[in-house]
Amino acid sequence: MSPRNLIDRAFDVLARRIDGPLMATLVVLGALSLAVVFSASGQSVDRTLGQARNFAFALIVLWVAANVPPQQLMRLAIPIYIGGLLLLLGVEFFGFSRNGAKRWLNLGVITIQPSEIMKIGVPLILAWYFHRKEEGLAFKDFLVAGLILIVPTVLIQKQPDLGTAILIFSSGFFVIFLAGLSWRVITITSISGIVALPIVGPLIWPLLKEYQRNRVLTFIDPSNDPLGAGYHITQSTIAIGSGGVLGKGWFNGTQSQLDFIPERSTDFILAVFGEEFGLVGLLLLLTLYMIVIGRGLMIAMNAPTTFSRLMAGAVTLTFFAYAFVNVGMVTGVLPVVGVPLPLISYGGTAIMSMFMGFGILMSISSHKRLVST
Amino acid sequence: MVGTAIKNREAELNTFRNRVLVAGLGILVAFAGLAARMVYLQIYKRDHFHGLAEANRISVVPVVPNRGIITDRNGLVLAANYSAYTLRVTPSKVRDLEAAFDALAGVVDIQPRDRRRFKRLLEDSKNFESLPLRNRLSDEEIARFAVNRFRFPGFEISAGLFRNYPFGEVASHAIGHINRINTADLKRIEENELANNYKGTDHIGKVGIELSYEGELHGTTGSEQIEIDSGGRAIRSLAKSASIAGNNLTLTLDIKLQQIAEDAFGEFRGALVALDPNNGEILALVSKPGFDPNLFVDGIDPQNWDLLNNSPDKPLLNRALQSAYPPGSTIKPFLALAALESGKRTPSMSIRDPGYFALPGVAHRWRDDDVNGHGSVDMHKSIVVSCDTYYYQLASETDIDKTAEFLSTLGFGAKTGIDINGEKEGVLPSRAWKEKSHAKGTSESPKWYLGESISTGIGQGQNNFTPMQLANAVAAVANNGVVNRPHLVRNVVSAKNGQVSPRVTAPPVVLSVQPENIAVIKRAMIGVTSEPGGTGVRAFTHAGYTSGGKTGTTQLFGLKGEKYREASVAQHLRDHGWYIAFAPADKPTIALAVLVENGGFGSTRAAPIAREVIDYYLLGKVPASKKLRTPNDEPKKPD
Repeated sequence: MSPRNLIDRAFDVLARRIDGPLMATLVVLGALSLAVVFSASGQSVDRTLGQARNFAFALIVLWVAANVPPQQLMRLAIPIYIGGLLLLLGVEFFGFSRNGAKRWLNLGVITIQPSEIMKIGVPLILAWYFHRKEEGLAFKDFLVAGLILIVPTVLIQKQPDLGTAILIFSSGFFVIFLAGLSWRVITITSISGIVALPIVGPLIWPLLKEYQRNRVLTFIDPSNDPLGAGYHITQSTIAIGSGGVLGKGWFNGTQSQLDFIPERSTDFILAVFGEEFGLVGLLLLLTLYMIVIGRGLMIAMNAPTTFSRLMAGAVTLTFFAYAFVNVGMVTGVLPVVGVPLPLISYGGTAIMSMFMGFGILMSISSHKRLVST
Repeated sequence: MVGTAIKNREAELNTFRNRVLVAGLGILVAFAGLAARMVYLQIYKRDHFHGLAEANRISVVPVVPNRGIITDRNGLVLAANYSAYTLRVTPSKVRDLEAAFDALAGVVDIQPRDRRRFKRLLEDSKNFESLPLRNRLSDEEIARFAVNRFRFPGFEISAGLFRNYPFGEVASHAIGHINRINTADLKRIEENELANNYKGTDHIGKVGIELSYEGELHGTTGSEQIEIDSGGRAIRSLAKSASIAGNNLTLTLDIKLQQIAEDAFGEFRGALVALDPNNGEILALVSKPGFDPNLFVDGIDPQNWDLLNNSPDKPLLNRALQSAYPPGSTIKPFLALAALESGKRTPSMSIRDPGYFALPGVAHRWRDDDVNGHGSVDMHKSIVVSCDTYYYQLASETDIDKTAEFLSTLGFGAKTGIDINGEKEGVLPSRAWKEKSHAKGTSESPKWYLGESISTGIGQGQNNFTPMQLANAVAAVANNGVVNRPHLVRNVVSAKNGQVSPRVTAPPVVLSVQPENIAVIKRAMIGVTSEPGGTGVRAFTHAGYTSGGKTGTTQLFGLKGEKYREASVAQHLRDHGWYIAFAPADKPTIALAVLVENGGFGSTRAAPIAREVIDYYLLGKVPASKKLRTPNDEPKKPD
């Protein structure tokens, strides 16, 4: 084999399962992330290199996921879900707390956060479940799916971790929605939910943690608590609003650089982005997200099996949920929940689990020919 | 079977595609909503948020000017600033103040008086401002606190300028003092629209020169725009306008003369005003006892405050301006002058003094202090020997309103207009005054009685004058009827360019009195210190200069025909002694009035004080028993 052939082959192995348009958009987003993290961290090279390392690891995860055929992935559905559920129960009984939230489990050699596993585990098991019922879906099947979804959601909400619970519930709901849950049920459920809120609300209210109540109250009126929970929203909207159309320029955001934005390189990084790059920057970011989502939905539409369709759709819609919840929160239209800005916020775990999702998307997209032949 | 499966597949695919379409639509709507929100924030509300962001990062910090320095006429510093470190506490940031103060033991020395003062400050302060706990920290204390700082959230050490009065009690009533701005001061500042100029200023003049010249001394506050981060830490200075220090004041006081005068009082209470009759410059302004103004500069502790405020000796009262006393016989030269001017008397007209004065048909006898009488008495002798009978008779012949009219031209019964606050008017009795005081319920009858005129004729009874007024009147006579407005500030020295501008005083008032009449009075007053039988002779033997004077005694004890014996009367009921003087006789450069409370006869207590003051002023003589104190250059630690 000539060296040239060797290079060609190596490239083929590396790139064979990679979706070009999706990958290109992810690279642009990654570059943006590094630029914003560099500014938001007070031009810390260490932190920026750390984020680059996060992307590098995530890229490996993406490559591996892209090379796992969907059929193989389907076989992992039950072990991952059951394992994840057991670990969640383990957290419930043996977990340890940080900052008043019990989210972590010490396995001796490694500390893990089992809710992260469920981010993939829940859509996976639901897609597998609907895939098996190819002969047609009865209402009963949706009830079972609902149960599969509710159990981990409740366990995670109890930790408490409202942000993750919302995202995991959404990812599961998206699978059920795409699988064809009848509009009638959706309508009835949402209407009864809206009607029930004033009745159930006062019942749930005492069960909420103090900080969760504050977040709801602060969302309704940020000036209610200007130095506490409202501070986040107040300062981030000031940062974004003062950025104007073109922004104050890289490193020049006063709100960002003078530390008025809390969590400025993680959950509230959008405020830094909006202040320094303005409306132009934010619309560019939304456009990049739309490209990713559009590409994901295209892959889902063209996917050959129920499982791959549902899985691709759920991964894509979950990505959207991340983006919507975070942007909505930082711009002050949604309550504050701990959700990072996808692919921009500093932090390895979120990028890793998202890249794993994109890997699955690419696997689905690149393996469809094999299935159809 | 296969057919249905394919059909199901088709249906399922259709459902899926529909759902994806719906989801895609939903996503578009959601993103459009977010984009609309961004447009709203960044275009529509951009200016609003820009303003908020600037307000976040820019802090305007006042730059407090240095307060002007006060010196005496010879340049000796009477009030200055020194820089020191203070331990300050922000009460809202400390959960348990008492516990925190206890914990400070061994780090910074906190005395009970510091705690008491802090509590007092806390009572009339807003909770978010920081208050001083201990001033003038030592270097060791600063170092110890720096190491232990983490244990004391809400505590900080700050550098600042403090006021110091190096002479302590000396001239305390004239110089006055500053203190922390209280709510009443704040209101006054706001009413005068000075709030901007007092941003960052903690202290304001409360008494004396410090109060009345606050406008000159304070200076102009500058400002600095500082960029701060979210923790309030200063990042950099954006713009700065410097402050302009307050103007310095040169007083007319001679602080050494002042010291001599204060020491001359010994343990006695009283007041002295000495001024230069040629220009109204006040050379000494004494009120005894005094107080240490250094106690006040940053909030006085309650214990010291109680001591000063509740003392029966009233050390905070400026007796020279705020207490009025019957003038006793010191009024006689002025009544004699009135008689000469009105023509009621000529210098040579004599009366016969049998030791008392009686009105025809009235049993009461007004006694002279010499029961045997002074024999034949003309105007000159009436002043030299202080003959009461002469003045009883004069008063009985003179309408009280005419007397009041003349005395008011000499400044009696009105504020002299000295340039510090709180001066009292005293009482210059007349028919109109009596009617008014009756209406106010302070007098039994609205009608003026002849008997009252007769008492007033020797300075007893209704009339009450301040030592300031008497000094002013003596100065008017000494200066041949030209009255200069008394004042304490000689020059205002601009802090900006060092330019010295003499304080603009009111133009002198020339009284319409005949020079020869004034000469008669002055000659008689010279006789008081120089002729046999003169009441001031003993005090001014071998003076080395010629001076004019007049003694006076204010009777506090009803005599009822009894002979007053000083030793047998309780001290606080003893008479007040007066002495008024001018010197040198031919061309006076000093005129003064001395009052010694409960000091007995003016000739024995008050006249010697006048002698010591004039001796020093004219001859530079320092009393042998006394040594001039040197000011404490280093501000002493208040204890």
